[in-house]
Amino acid sequence: MQIISLGPLDYAILIIYVVFVVAIGFALRRYMKTSSDFLTSGRSIPTWVTGLAFISANLGALELVGMAASGAKYGIATSHFYWVGAIPAMVFLAVFMMPFYYGSKARSVPEYLKLRFDERVRALNSVAFAVMTLFASGISMNALAKLLNQLLGWNYHLALWICSGVVLLYVLKGGLTSAIYTEVLQFFMIVLGFAPVVYLGLKDVGGWNSMNQALQTVATDPSAFYLKEAGVSYGTNAWTSAWQPLLAGPQSNPMGVDWFAMVFGLGFVLSFGYWCTNFLVVQRAMAARNMTAARNTPLVAAVPKMLFPILVIVPGMIAIALTSMPEKNFRIPPPVLDDQVYVAAVQVVKTANPAEPAAAVEGVGKAIGKKMDDEKVMALIAQAGQLSDDQIKEGLYNAVADYDYDGVILSLVKRYCPTGLLGLALTALLASFMSGMAGNVTAFNTVWTYDLYQAYIARNKSDQHYFWMGQAVTVVGILLSIGCAYFARLYNNAMDIIQLVFGFVNAPLFATFVLAMFWARTTGTGAFLGLFGGIGGSALFHAVSIAGTNAPGVKGGYLWSALNKDVPEFLHFPSEMAQNFWLASFAFVVCFALTLVISLVTKRTKTDEELKGLVYSLTPKIKDEGAPWYVRPALVGTILIVACVILNIIFW
Amino acid sequence: MGLDLRWPIGLMFTIIGLLLTLSGFMAGSDPEKLKPSLGININLWWGLILLAFGVFMVIMARRGSKPAEGQTPAEKAATNLVNPPKS
Repeated sequence: MQIISLGPLDYAILIIYVVFVVAIGFALRRYMKTSSDFLTSGRSIPTWVTGLAFISANLGALELVGMAASGAKYGIATSHFYWVGAIPAMVFLAVFMMPFYYGSKARSVPEYLKLRFDERVRALNSVAFAVMTLFASGISMNALAKLLNQLLGWNYHLALWICSGVVLLYVLKGGLTSAIYTEVLQFFMIVLGFAPVVYLGLKDVGGWNSMNQALQTVATDPSAFYLKEAGVSYGTNAWTSAWQPLLAGPQSNPMGVDWFAMVFGLGFVLSFGYWCTNFLVVQRAMAARNMTAARNTPLVAAVPKMLFPILVIVPGMIAIALTSMPEKNFRIPPPVLDDQVYVAAVQVVKTANPAEPAAAVEGVGKAIGKKMDDEKVMALIAQAGQLSDDQIKEGLYNAVADYDYDGVILSLVKRYCPTGLLGLALTALLASFMSGMAGNVTAFNTVWTYDLYQAYIARNKSDQHYFWMGQAVTVVGILLSIGCAYFARLYNNAMDIIQLVFGFVNAPLFATFVLAMFWARTTGTGAFLGLFGGIGGSALFHAVSIAGTNAPGVKGGYLWSALNKDVPEFLHFPSEMAQNFWLASFAFVVCFALTLVISLVTKRTKTDEELKGLVYSLTPKIKDEGAPWYVRPALVGTILIVACVILNIIFW
Repeated sequence: MGLDLRWPIGLMFTIIGLLLTLSGFMAGSDPEKLKPSLGININLWWGLILLAFGVFMVIMARRGSKPAEGQTPAEKAATNLVNPPKS
């Protein structure tokens, strides 16, 4: 039912955007002469561009949609993913790690691992990363095609192939530079496309304070708005304070997370692991034109990152506040159902016997296949005689007691945007899906060409050969992404498992990097086995722990059911998020300890001279005292951290 | 890379801004049409903002393509940060 019809003006904006990104690709074509131009932008991009691309590569469409959903589910505390979970790590990357990535002349993160350790560590990291990027891009493209199909009625296959085709066209012409440039374009599209929606939404709920008041009522009885099971109740500030509900313990906040898991699990392990080691984002900084520009890239990115909650989380809060105001006649859309389901359910409503309410309600619930609001269904059945089919359908839609949280942002766009603005917002969303694919494909082609093809398959070829390979693998990468998109469409559950496995692989990664960069004694064997141990540690933790009301199985805890025992209390987490944060913390500690111990008992294979520029203690410090204050990473980083602390205090 | 990104950003938002502003004008003040956007002619106002942003970017791109003269050291550092000279 959530169908949006676009006007000619909306299509015009969409087409203008596509024309511009393709034109950028073609304009850049003449600068693509070597493999390095194509795959690493020849290290020539100014800071503001790499900085905005850095943040844009992170702000994928799925994140945009997902963060609005979390804003509705958890309120302002979702901002921790932007503050605790990003700013310290971005500053750390800029001040301490970028000198090694950029200064080592490595062309990728796996290549840094090869220079620092050996081929084994590189192979492990690059293969895992390459597979992961393809799946990530496939998942995102599947979501895009599904969205276009449900929302605009486009054909799924056509949408998938056309969008992929546009990405292929501009990435093949302009390489990484094209991807970076379109990411910056997308950044402005997102900001300028969604800002008016947030403005109108806030105005509609009566301003910030009025929204908070509404959310306070919601917090005391979340089950009235289908947010939690009946009987759950929180303090009034559960949706409107970032820290107080968190400090009060997992039972007092809708995330079900304790502060330690939040600060250590998310703020340290997951956040540093993502921002400091994920080649997809680090690649943007490595394309900068010089060391200063590279180090300032994450800092430029940190400013919008800190402010993004207004754009991506507040819409979710607005949506819940609107839902709690009956006169606004708004609801977060229910899970998407086939039209036939509604048609069948309308017949059930018409033939239901109002004299037997329990049976009647149950019958309607069965026809829809979702949990229904009993009172609303009863009211509908009582009036069925006077209502048209369409009105009954509308009533059923409103009676589904379940949300499709991912529909939050679009339901607001649909509510407020006239044709024109609608086109802008949808183009922004489309742009971020496409640039997500472009970002993944450009990271994939670099890792494939330099870390797999050049390292293990065809060693001493001419640069033109690798240039050709980079282009060829771009086509292959896009085709494989399309394959992954179809896979995601057909095997939704298998995709969940694949993402779970990637979670295992990524969780311990930061331990390896922090030891690599700050402890010269770390050996290749230590790093390699430690990483394996960390991955095993996360798999083990998942096998023995469980969250909320989940049954043992894919969601964890299966080891105990195999042993015919119950999951012990201390491994039973209140929410999947808490389980995930603790898993990451555990994997980090295992990887750190193993790498440390194994390094101490194995021999170093690299001399101090070889490790120059790769390890902190053996690298000359960069002196930037003479530079203006705003290009000195340590100073700017400190200012950013202080600003982040202030934000946290304001929303305490 | 040789292409100054401010050009495409500026041009694109100028065009989109113009389109939105125009459609805002055409919609006029028909209250029925403006109801979803709370009585605000959002296409007109937001179109003007996009237009201003686009034009600003184009001006910056034009300035960036000219050789800079008579700058103070601080200004020079600032332009170098945004657009350093080719080494």
